[in-house]
Amino acid sequence: MSFISTIYAYLFYFAAFMLVLGLAAKVVQYARTPAPLKIPTTPAPTTRAGVAFRITREVVFFESLFRGNKWIWIFGWMFHFGLFMVTLRHLRYFIDPVWAPIKFIQPFGIYGGMAMVVGLAGLWARRFLVDRVRYITSLSDHLILALLISIGLSGLSMKFIAHTDVIRVKEFFQGLYVGHVSTLPADPLLLVHLLLVASLMIIFPYSKLLHMPGLFFSPTRNQVDNPRERRHLAPWARRLEQQQ
Amino acid sequence: MAKADFEVPVLKQYPEIPEIEPGVMAHSSPFKAKAEFQAELGFPGELVDNWQEKAIAKMGDLLGRYRSLRVYLDACVKCGSCTDKCHYYLGTHDPKNMPVGRQDLMRKVYRRYFTLAGRFFPKLVGAEDFTEEVLNDWYSYFHQCSQCRRCSVFCPYGIDTAEISMAAREVMDHIGIGQKYCNEIIGKVYKIGNNLGLPGPALEDTLEGLAEDVYDETGVEVRYPLDEEGVEILLVTPSADFFAEPHVDGLIGYGKVFHEAGVSWTLSSYASEAANFGMFIGSYENMRRVALRIREAAIKLGVKRIVFGECGHAWRVAYSFLNTLAGPWDFLDPRYPIPQHICEFTWDLIQQGKLRLDKSQNDDMVLTYHDSCNVARASRMGDRPGGQFEIPRAIIRATCNHFYDMDEDTIRDRTFCCGGGGGLLTDDLMEVRVKGAQPRVEALNNVMHEKGVTHMAAICAICKSQFTKVLPYYGMDMDQIVSVHQLVSNALILTGQVTDEDEEEAADEAA
Repeated sequence: MSFISTIYAYLFYFAAFMLVLGLAAKVVQYARTPAPLKIPTTPAPTTRAGVAFRITREVVFFESLFRGNKWIWIFGWMFHFGLFMVTLRHLRYFIDPVWAPIKFIQPFGIYGGMAMVVGLAGLWARRFLVDRVRYITSLSDHLILALLISIGLSGLSMKFIAHTDVIRVKEFFQGLYVGHVSTLPADPLLLVHLLLVASLMIIFPYSKLLHMPGLFFSPTRNQVDNPRERRHLAPWARRLEQQQ
Repeated sequence: MAKADFEVPVLKQYPEIPEIEPGVMAHSSPFKAKAEFQAELGFPGELVDNWQEKAIAKMGDLLGRYRSLRVYLDACVKCGSCTDKCHYYLGTHDPKNMPVGRQDLMRKVYRRYFTLAGRFFPKLVGAEDFTEEVLNDWYSYFHQCSQCRRCSVFCPYGIDTAEISMAAREVMDHIGIGQKYCNEIIGKVYKIGNNLGLPGPALEDTLEGLAEDVYDETGVEVRYPLDEEGVEILLVTPSADFFAEPHVDGLIGYGKVFHEAGVSWTLSSYASEAANFGMFIGSYENMRRVALRIREAAIKLGVKRIVFGECGHAWRVAYSFLNTLAGPWDFLDPRYPIPQHICEFTWDLIQQGKLRLDKSQNDDMVLTYHDSCNVARASRMGDRPGGQFEIPRAIIRATCNHFYDMDEDTIRDRTFCCGGGGGLLTDDLMEVRVKGAQPRVEALNNVMHEKGVTHMAAICAICKSQFTKVLPYYGMDMDQIVSVHQLVSNALILTGQVTDEDEEEAADEAA
């Protein structure tokens, strides 16, 4: 088992490296690309605080999606909020001692896991049932849904069907902080679960999962509506002016 | 009813989301610009030999210059929220007219040449080589987008298909494939000063005629000045206002409002165009060149303020971009918004009680109001967000007794485009214009039946021209579309004007 544990240790080092570096590279790329024109979708906030509030509503409540389509909103929000609860629940493997709020939400994490799977199933069903959505779906859209739903199901299985030794799982991840490889429990469900999670981390910066950082950089959402009051000029546009 | 060699959509009582019919609009492409017009704008005259290489290089250039393009090509998760929001999809049923379908035409090329996944696993992520077939699709479907931004309202990441369409047109222009309508018009602005190619003397003639008409009707000398130096206000208005119906009735209204306000003003023959088609083709350089004409005219004429007439995309460029493109405007009077919309100007006067309005003059009409897409979703009026919806309505309510809004899902920031915006207002695109107008006309039709509405007011030259042309296809009258300032003009009683009532009183006294 120690051989597999070693492979998993390297896998998670690699996955974390890809996730952090890939995401950082994308964020830097977005941040360094200028937005030459003021294009907020109006009516838009006229202050920075207003914009922060607008983005917060988008991140927490999916406001625009709510206006756009109630089914996608229900399933999408269930999935994302469920995933958020699940992530909080899983923090217990990565911190020691475990913070009180994380202890408190442990049972809600289970419900989160269920909501996540139901939400994903609803989103996936739309890809078959709604002709417009079927038309825009490519193979990778199916695969990402399959990946996420498998992560959810394998996780829930370890709760409800075949438990794994969570103490040793925690030891494994705590060990990774200091370069020490502890042995993982030899449970197939756990190994599948972890393999899928690592895959998700690796593909994150190279897939449509970039919608997460993308939202914060979307000019139609993050710009202040004040073009008459303040002159907005991109560096390349300034150079264009100076040439003439 | 106007004759059509295509099927005109049937208007329903309740909006329906159509099933997809792939490829039904693939045949719709506008005429291509001739070499001489391409050259005028700094583009190659015909398709260059190594077009694929050039196009991809240009895409790379734009990806580095526009954060919107970069983020929007990455961020889409294909959720489907936008799929039933585009008026061109609703009217044509072609899935490449769904916002995401249109974006994907560029996204598949982006993924193939600019992303890791697309380079190594093109099939998996729907990436495709930039083939001639794809290019044909680009030319066809990126000219079936009016850049109205309705999709961006409903996208969870605010993806704006207009940004993608503009970039696609810019890429195509750079490999020698330009659209005749837009590019010829921009050429006319450079040569003559406006989209319609009306030279100074023609403008002067028209304006003199308008002054005479107003005098005949009211007995008041209202001036319509051209190229007058040292006046207070430069009015920049779409050139359609000089002669097209119902646009010109709006221009008459602006003149009357300025007259009552007691401010001196002028039009400029050099900057006799508010619309800026540089935006339609996504060319920052051309958009800036057109915008700078307004700056030059303002400096030459020595004005203190700039006011824009009724024009949708023009107001987007004016409100959102003018400061960027042609600022800083430090030589203008900072006490007023720079630039100011004619509706803001008129509403200020109404609030101050400076306009004497007789609403009954518009009693022959029951009005509704069409929010023009680029005013609604890409600009503002007044101090508060949403002023672009409230101010025109307030003006209509102050000048008319009978006003009803259309269905909530089709107004304000959810308004439907008229179907002719973004460089599509050309006869070679008639089918897509008529079909794209369907959602708006359907809402109009319903409010006509439910509330007895007879006329629809708008503040956009394109909307006015488009409805004049397409309403007859739906069995309606071309003159059901009116200018907001036409309503103001009808209701406004000028100082010293002899009204019917005065005449009656005089007659009574004489008897």
